[in-house]
Amino acid sequence: MSETLLDDRPRPSSAPKPKPQPPIGLLAELTHRCPLRCTYCSNPIELESRSAELDTETWKRVFSEAADLGVIHLHLSGGEPCSRKDIVELTRHAAEVGLYTNLITSGVGVKESQLDALFEAGCDHIQLSMQGADEEITVAVAGMKGAFERKQEFARQVVARGFPLTLNSVIHRQNIHQVPVMIEKAVEFGAKRIEIAHTQYYGWALRNRAHLMPTKADVDRTIEQVEEARERLKGVLVIDAVFPDYYAKYPKLCNGGWGTRTLSVTPSGKVLPCHAAETIEHLDFWSVRDHSLADVWDHGPAFEAYRGTDWMQEPCRSCERKHIDYGGCRCQALALVGDASATDPACVKSPHHDRMGDLARSESAFAPDPDKVSYRLIGAA
Amino acid sequence: MGELPDATVPKLPHGVRFRADKARGGHILVGPERIFNIDGVSVEILKRVDGQTDIAGIVADLASVFTAEPAVIRPDVEAFLIDLRDKQMVTL
Repeated sequence: MSETLLDDRPRPSSAPKPKPQPPIGLLAELTHRCPLRCTYCSNPIELESRSAELDTETWKRVFSEAADLGVIHLHLSGGEPCSRKDIVELTRHAAEVGLYTNLITSGVGVKESQLDALFEAGCDHIQLSMQGADEEITVAVAGMKGAFERKQEFARQVVARGFPLTLNSVIHRQNIHQVPVMIEKAVEFGAKRIEIAHTQYYGWALRNRAHLMPTKADVDRTIEQVEEARERLKGVLVIDAVFPDYYAKYPKLCNGGWGTRTLSVTPSGKVLPCHAAETIEHLDFWSVRDHSLADVWDHGPAFEAYRGTDWMQEPCRSCERKHIDYGGCRCQALALVGDASATDPACVKSPHHDRMGDLARSESAFAPDPDKVSYRLIGAA
Repeated sequence: MGELPDATVPKLPHGVRFRADKARGGHILVGPERIFNIDGVSVEILKRVDGQTDIAGIVADLASVFTAEPAVIRPDVEAFLIDLRDKQMVTL
């Protein structure tokens, strides 16, 4: 037995334009509607409206095509996926065609009857977002009163029904001091897993970066806290951690490599290599309204643009790490360097690396100005 | 004999699925954010984990299909299932 599909081992360089290996994960952003207004949201600034959303039958077709293509994990996300009236029907269909269904939810506004129906429909796993370990921080981050209480109640309902529960805590300056309490809350709720995921700066999070960026000292402290808790809670709670790459030496392997393991579909049906890819405006994103998912994966120009290593410039092109991290994140290279083909400045070999670290240090050094933070809002672009 | 009583009934908990992987070949055991490739005799073990058959029954069936001594294969079956239990992929 081996756990090979999700590992980070380098894959061999391939001959020109072979058929790509099948994807393993699909992130279905069913809707951008959400009762929360989180400052760190990775959805695009230009949120899609309800009238633009795919209908039930089209999503079902996409899920069938995903299963045929080889997708294993389906992440039902948004926005708040339970804002869709057809969430149970979509989940049932996904389970019937053999997809592993992971519901990524705020837990706010999900009724108990809905949870029963989701269980019965074959929903495999629930991932609940956790903005803070108490009401005060939760309100400050998510912009909704009463959300923390509701989330606690939801977590209990999920575990009582026998779902495996993961808590997903996006970490930033406002809540970084609560990491140990969040881990204790996860144990208290009966979650099997928690993601301590430092904010990745895309979408709303990029806009609010100066408000969110933690200090290097705070980040280092959370690394120690996570290591200590991992050891102590072995067999009780799995702790997966993502640390902010602004302070890193090497870039992250973004989504397992561009067009290599995962794809996303937006509420209106655009197929993206990662959920932030629309920030690279010159790319041509095909829609599931016009193409099958297999056609987009195999031939979509946005997928071909940065798949493999042919697109790389120096220092990536001759780098011994190019099959390890594939040059890092294309969206981040564009956002910070102005060129989506450049080396991700999170890499120490990028000529812009020092500037990235300086940016993080200077932004994290000043007290956040609450009046300057942008809460997520449809129609804000 | 191994560590597990005869009447232990291994079960895949809610949120763990065992299935063939048509696109890539072989079999996979899938959990939250995790995928394990399953091959060889491990496939035969998991095919018999139906939430009803106890460990003694699973071993007896494997022994008759593969013409082996139950006492010989039981430690391997138990080690495999205990490892999966520690990974939260099987309940015992």
